[in-house]
Amino acid sequence: MAAVQEVDVQTSTPPTGLKEFWFYFTRNKGAVIGLVVFATILFLAVFAGIVSPHSPSAQNREVLLLPPAFAEGGQWTYLLGTDAVGRDILSRLIYGARFSLFIGVIVVSLSVISGVLVGLVAGYFRGRTDTIIMRVMDIILAFPSLLLALVLVAVLGPGLLNAMIAISLVNLPHFVRLTRAAVMSERAKDYVIASRVAGAGTMRLMFLTILPNCLAPLIVQATLAFSAAILDAAALGFLGMGAQPPTPEWGTMLAEAREFIQRAWWVVTFPGLAILITVLAINLMGDGLRDALDPKLKRS
Amino acid sequence: MKKLTTLLAATAIATLMAGSAWSKTFVYCSEASPEGFDPGLYTGGQTFDAAAHTVYNRLVEFKPGTTEIEPGLAESWEISADGKEYTFKLRKGVKFQTTDFFTPSRELNADDVIFSFERQYKADNAWNKYVPGASWEYFSGMGLPDVIEKIEKVDDLTVKITLKRPEAPLLANLGMPFISIVSKEYADKLQADGKMELMNQQPLGTGPYTFVAYQPDAAIRYKANPDYWGGKQKIDDLVFAITTDAAIRAQKLKAGECHLMSYPNAADVEELKKDPNLQVSEQAGLNVSYLAYNTLVAPFDKVEVRKALNMAINRQAIVDAVFQGAATVAKNPIPPTMWSYNNAVEDDKYDPDAAKKMLEDAGVKDLKMKIWAMPVARPYMLNARRAAELMQADLAKIGVTVEIVSYEWAEYLKLSSAKDRDGAAILGWTGDNGDPDNFLDTLLGCDAVGGNNRAQWCNKEFDDLVTKAKETSDVAERTKLYEQAQIVFKKEAPWNTIDHSVAVVPMSKKVSGFVQSPLGDFAFEGVDIAE
Amino acid sequence: MFRFIVGRLAVLIPTFIGVSLIAFSFIRLLPGDPVMLMSGERVMSPERHAQLMAELGLDRPMYLQYFDYLLGLLQGDFGSSIVTKREVLTDFLQLFPATLELSLCAIVLAVALGVPAGVLAAVKRGTWLDQTLMGTALVGYSMPIFWWGLLLVIFFSGYLGWTPVSGRISLMYFFPQVTGFMLIDSLISGQAGAFKSAVTYLILPTIVLATIPLAVIARQTRSAMLEVLGEDYVRTARSKGLKPFRVIGVHALRNALIPVVTTIGLQVGVLLAGAILTETIFSWPGIGKWMVDSVFKRDYQVVQGGLMLIAGVIMIVNLIVDVLYGLINPRIRH
Repeated sequence: MAAVQEVDVQTSTPPTGLKEFWFYFTRNKGAVIGLVVFATILFLAVFAGIVSPHSPSAQNREVLLLPPAFAEGGQWTYLLGTDAVGRDILSRLIYGARFSLFIGVIVVSLSVISGVLVGLVAGYFRGRTDTIIMRVMDIILAFPSLLLALVLVAVLGPGLLNAMIAISLVNLPHFVRLTRAAVMSERAKDYVIASRVAGAGTMRLMFLTILPNCLAPLIVQATLAFSAAILDAAALGFLGMGAQPPTPEWGTMLAEAREFIQRAWWVVTFPGLAILITVLAINLMGDGLRDALDPKLKRS
Repeated sequence: MKKLTTLLAATAIATLMAGSAWSKTFVYCSEASPEGFDPGLYTGGQTFDAAAHTVYNRLVEFKPGTTEIEPGLAESWEISADGKEYTFKLRKGVKFQTTDFFTPSRELNADDVIFSFERQYKADNAWNKYVPGASWEYFSGMGLPDVIEKIEKVDDLTVKITLKRPEAPLLANLGMPFISIVSKEYADKLQADGKMELMNQQPLGTGPYTFVAYQPDAAIRYKANPDYWGGKQKIDDLVFAITTDAAIRAQKLKAGECHLMSYPNAADVEELKKDPNLQVSEQAGLNVSYLAYNTLVAPFDKVEVRKALNMAINRQAIVDAVFQGAATVAKNPIPPTMWSYNNAVEDDKYDPDAAKKMLEDAGVKDLKMKIWAMPVARPYMLNARRAAELMQADLAKIGVTVEIVSYEWAEYLKLSSAKDRDGAAILGWTGDNGDPDNFLDTLLGCDAVGGNNRAQWCNKEFDDLVTKAKETSDVAERTKLYEQAQIVFKKEAPWNTIDHSVAVVPMSKKVSGFVQSPLGDFAFEGVDIAE
Repeated sequence: MFRFIVGRLAVLIPTFIGVSLIAFSFIRLLPGDPVMLMSGERVMSPERHAQLMAELGLDRPMYLQYFDYLLGLLQGDFGSSIVTKREVLTDFLQLFPATLELSLCAIVLAVALGVPAGVLAAVKRGTWLDQTLMGTALVGYSMPIFWWGLLLVIFFSGYLGWTPVSGRISLMYFFPQVTGFMLIDSLISGQAGAFKSAVTYLILPTIVLATIPLAVIARQTRSAMLEVLGEDYVRTARSKGLKPFRVIGVHALRNALIPVVTTIGLQVGVLLAGAILTETIFSWPGIGKWMVDSVFKRDYQVVQGGLMLIAGVIMIVNLIVDVLYGLINPRIRH
């Protein structure tokens, strides 16, 4: 708690805001566990080069498909065993964390920035602009997201970058709708009308007056999108359309491991577990954020 | 009312099937849905298994387990001295199948044979375009439209094919699935009824099994043809259970849900072999996988450079990691099971130090190259990516930096043929008919540069040898020419020959009489299961 | 109400045109042309390549191709597969019941388990039961279902041998397709054991596909219930001494279900996306697997037609959900 109080003193925001947020966030035990796990994953990802015992691409041809250390026939140098070309699974998982977090960050940034812009425009100007934008969003929503992403990646060419672009695009409508709805409800409120009367320009109204007041639901949605992006990217990788081997992306690792499902359970089990743990940690944090940011639920 | 009739019909058929539930049923776990049921239209092995080897026969057949030709619907044949006229004597009394959708009124005759050929290349034949986009890919792929001058009926049971030029591999081509013999009577009836597309949905031929039903992406059902000219089969019902995932096929086999499976994962073979209820049949496949250098681009135009790279790559490691040992390192461009395979050829030894020195002597330093890896698994190369990664690691040891590139499969096929391709491409070939010409000339001949010849390699000495062999009908003479050609190939090293994969067919111990085909076919004639 | 529906339908038309434009243009942008794939390793001559492109109409200007495509759509012609030469609509109609059957079973399972779990968690709020249920729900919600499916296969089919690995029914049974629903067809067939077989084949895919909707419904039910339980009329009912079971079952649940119904409607898209993965793992012969296979085979016409048909299904389901919601909650109708 001490660290937080220091922050309170240093920041210029009203201390009650952050303090209150932290109070409600920490009341949710799951959220705290999620945060700790997430921080650990983040640490591993950042310092992958130092913490991982082997290089993710080094092939040791003496030990193909070696079981994990705790299983029969395992070796302690390869804690979680090796894959079909003798690469250390643990190291690949650690490096894989980089990719998954990177995917999440990029996808969320892309879809939040573009979604918020488009949503602001739609909600602020209304009329024909709004109709056209919302029709386009309806069209995107008319396809199952994974199918649309799959076809998009097929068009753009399989690869991590294209997978991220495709996932951002299918995520877009959620942010547009959310921003638009929030803007529309804020627009009619007194403080906005007051600024307009006071002579604030459109840009100032949109970005400085309205937007900060719509942030809470956007942050919650962004957390959800973060974990969904990791899942979707892994699904695309699993279908062979995401990151391409030998990239140690978790979904791609799973796809590669599929042929060993009978013979080497560990190459199938661990990448999936890594995905589950990461996504779960982020979702736990998301729940905590929602509790802390959503005033309606605070009374609980 | 209509609903009710369907319902009644359904119950009727159901009762019928229930009655036969205790008959001998053989279940084959196949790897993919057939593209259709007219073998002439398609190129996929799964389609040939589902249509050509069950329902149909050909003029000549491959003797089971070999690539030798034996009589099929043609009892005998004669080849004229100039090698341009082939006269086939048809077997007498061959009956077409009787099914619930068609009852034939006559036996096989020359008209059926002529129809089966003409529909595939004569644009004025009503059947040439009977489904949208029909293209008879194999017929034209094997160059038959350019080779066949005419095909005529001598009498009811004699057919004569006249060629534009002598073509020694023709007989082998006629044993291939695409040229299956269909019933002209059935075709005429479908045409008269205006239901020509049924030719591709309800096949009818002379083969050992009669088509019953196809449930898309799930199963194909056949029953033994009681009138089969080769005798009625021992099993009553044959079922293809379509299971696209190899791991799942293996599980189904172990669980006894099927009797035989195609293409197991290399990783599962060990485990399948250990299963006391299973037996595993293995045979060297008629295929080769190679790394083709672009011999038109420097420094790969130098033999020493190509040789050096060949010596730097540990192919045994590729065989181990990609095939889990279910392959053999290749030294010749044709597989060892093929006639004329030259075992006297000396392979390039894996020797990184010598390779490094050789590269230096050739004046090549800091070589950076691309290796193209196919995006799909093929029988000859299960995982090109993995193979490319291994090559990358090996070449790094002699100071060569490798970048691995890949494209969409269609793109890959197209771009890898280009004469100015940057980099060496991993690709391979599965033999169509067991003739060495189908490898040596098709893949390495001068005519194929910019096409199938991915090394863009045109060597006069080699080309003369294989061209001469193609025009000679004497097998002993041809063998000598091809053996010589393999020596030239090894000396020039346009490819690094990677491997010949071993085809593995796991099946239940109850199965007997299954003969593995070097061509990769799954044919169930003569198969039986113990109770 | 009528005007509401007509208005909704009017909105569908531009959406449908947009969808067709996207389906059409995506597919034309795919790298590699289908004619190359037809010949595989065997390279085809440029002349023959050009000839086949012309025969398939792929060499014509884009707008003409699109125009033809739209005309065809209006006549119910969704094109024919380049690989199998079969009509896209025929294949779709044959495969769709398999997906529908699986999705319906999954949603039934999700509702049957999700709603009681949510109610229970809300009523026992804050207890270990609530925490366990919601923790499990969050794990389900975070599940990479393609991995989950593989694990279930390894364990139940591989290790225990309880369930079959893939397919819709044991191959022992063969009867004609009447409704396309294996459960119904197997009953109609009258063959002993057929229905049981169909059920065993359905269990694992249903569990996998139901996982995420189940978690969403449980969470949604809990929060809707919590909200309702805090309302005055529930408190009043309680204070009047009504039995807790009656309060929860009759008063609270009925009101809490409105947002839950909407959630269920919104799961259709999720289900279809899930079907893509589930069907791929279990070799389930439905439209999800069909689409994935077609994308990989570069079967232009099938991907294009399939995208249209699937989008059509989703749009119709959304329309129905909208109308139902309008019926339940008249305030929405404006």
